[in-house]
Amino acid sequence: MNNPAVICHKVDKTFQQGELAVHALSGVDLEIASGGFVCLSGPSGSGKTTLLNMIGGLDRPSGGEITVADLRIDRMRMSELAELRLHHIGFVFQAYNLIPVLNARENVEFVMQLQGVAAAKRHALAMDILEEVGLKGMEERRPGELSGGQQQRVAVARAIVSKPALILADEPTANLDSATAEKLMQQMRDLNTHIGTTFVISTHDKLVMSYAKRLIKLHDGKIVDDIAQQ
Amino acid sequence: MKTPTFMLITIAWRNLWRNHRRSLIMLTAIAIGLWGMIWMTALMRGMVDQMIDSAINTLSGHVQIHAEGFLDDPSIERTLPPVRDNPALQSLLDSARVTHWSERIRVPAVIRSERDVLGVTLVGIDPQQESGLSFIADSVTEGEYLAGVDDRHVLVGRKLLERLETKSGRRIVLMSQDPDNNIAERGFRIGGVFDTDLQVTETSYVFAGIETVRAMLKMGDGVSEISLLGPDYRNLDALAADVRAAAGKADTKTWLELDPYMATMLGVMDGVILIWFSIIFVALSFGLVNTLLMAVFERTREIGLLQALGMPPANILIMVLVESLIMLLIGLLAGNLLSWLTILPIQDGIDISGVAAGLEWAGMSSTLLPAVKSSDVLLANAIVLVLGIAASLFPAWRASRKVPVEAITRIWQ
Ligand SMILES: Nc1ncnc2c1ncn2[C@@H]1O[C@H](COP(=O)(O)OP(=O)(O)OP(=O)(O)O)[C@@H](O)[C@H]1O
Ligand SMILES: [Mg+2]
Repeated sequence: MNNPAVICHKVDKTFQQGELAVHALSGVDLEIASGGFVCLSGPSGSGKTTLLNMIGGLDRPSGGEITVADLRIDRMRMSELAELRLHHIGFVFQAYNLIPVLNARENVEFVMQLQGVAAAKRHALAMDILEEVGLKGMEERRPGELSGGQQQRVAVARAIVSKPALILADEPTANLDSATAEKLMQQMRDLNTHIGTTFVISTHDKLVMSYAKRLIKLHDGKIVDDIAQQ
Repeated sequence: MKTPTFMLITIAWRNLWRNHRRSLIMLTAIAIGLWGMIWMTALMRGMVDQMIDSAINTLSGHVQIHAEGFLDDPSIERTLPPVRDNPALQSLLDSARVTHWSERIRVPAVIRSERDVLGVTLVGIDPQQESGLSFIADSVTEGEYLAGVDDRHVLVGRKLLERLETKSGRRIVLMSQDPDNNIAERGFRIGGVFDTDLQVTETSYVFAGIETVRAMLKMGDGVSEISLLGPDYRNLDALAADVRAAAGKADTKTWLELDPYMATMLGVMDGVILIWFSIIFVALSFGLVNTLLMAVFERTREIGLLQALGMPPANILIMVLVESLIMLLIGLLAGNLLSWLTILPIQDGIDISGVAAGLEWAGMSSTLLPAVKSSDVLLANAIVLVLGIAASLFPAWRASRKVPVEAITRIWQ
């Protein structure tokens, strides 16, 4: 079988806040199988975002080892991490997801452009995916001209359009009404089922948790529960 | 590696116009800075060109040959043999390397009218040879230029005419010493009056035919001065060396050697231009660095986002540099246009007679012609462009290097 998509081994992350050391993550051991659909939940400040940061190579752990796509990312250089993110990982952030000077379509095309996809092809793909997330007719709008929910859908469209092996999403439904949220989750599950994309999603939303195959609960930077669902 | 250049340019271009006001201020600063550089050099160049022109034009030429000691004691005994007695010199002077040349006699003299007596330099010239070499042939505004080497008229300057309280066509008497130290004196009719930008020229020289002067001074066929023009007032060294060799036992000097004051002045001018460029550039680069740093700082999250999405740090550096480059190019375009539009209407010169009176001694005339040299314009553009990009390197590097970790993690919250 495939190797796990993500392995965290004794991962620690300490933030120094003045005199105070904040242990955002302490001794996290976690293995996420390829094709997993994992939900991270837990109270505010429990370390969900921090853990996603570590897995996405956006920040470095204070201790422990992290392996993504069989690569020890805690040891990689900035430029190598950028390369890995570009070709392997899709992101949906909690907020501030889009490049303000690019319109919806250009934002979706951005990553494909960095990957070197031909113009005609990425244009077609972007138009299709935007229609799928319900933004037909809004392709040429800049982020400032879209609602929070619409912006979030553009971000999801951008994350899934190039079909990366791993998608990390931080509260992707936070700004969405339940109908849109449901539709979005459906799309993610489809992608997961049909092409085996691995998802790691942090959320407070019960709806999102109901879609998860595996539900991990964090508290004070530790995994306190790990439940397989369905 | 595939560099999505077009996308970088698109983002940079749009980023530039996000803060209209700031970008416009910066563009204006670049344009005015360049305009200042071009103008300042054009005026300085114009001034220098005129000073050199009038220095060369007055009588010195590019190269002069005198008898040894003449420059220290310009008396009538110190003469050179005529050029026709020196075949080597003759053929050099007649070659294509020399555009004009002429022999002159030059003696201190006293000029007397019915009203006044003044000290002048009497210059005996060959009118044909002299035209094109010095100012005199083109400066006669009243009466006639001399007809030949034995013309019996003299040419005097407008100001001298006024001081002598006489008129063109009237008689004056010139007095000097002949080689035997006897007083030589002769009456002449004023055949023509010349006008120049410099009063001192008008009051210093009186011109007559060379043979007429020889006859008056009862001297042989010696000459006090040979003056010549090459094709270009710069790079005279080779020509001067050959003339020196051909002239033999004589004192051969270029115009710069004859006028050390001018040489110093030229050096000073270069220095002033350099200082002026530096001041403008330092002001510009502070503005540029500040503008870009502000832009980068404001976009910390956004740059973090670009990196999080997998944009390589090098591309982010390039993106900021492209933004700066676009700003510089537009600013330069505007600056060149502005310079062109403002210099064009005054191609014929600016009247500065109000301030020039005090500067005449420096060889400045009363109209200032801005001299726009394409090499100066290119240099000003190149300086702004190259150093502008260099000044942008720091903000660009900040954007690509220092920001990421905090910036990237900040975007989640
Ligand atoms: N850059 C930082 N500097 C200092 N402390 C930080 C930083 N980032 C996170 N923390 C701290 O680490 C802990 C975990 O934060 P994290 O953002 O991972 O929580 P979270 O589970 O995502 O919370 P939320 O549900 O509110 O998004 C918190 O106590 C937080 O204050
Ligand atoms: Mg969070």
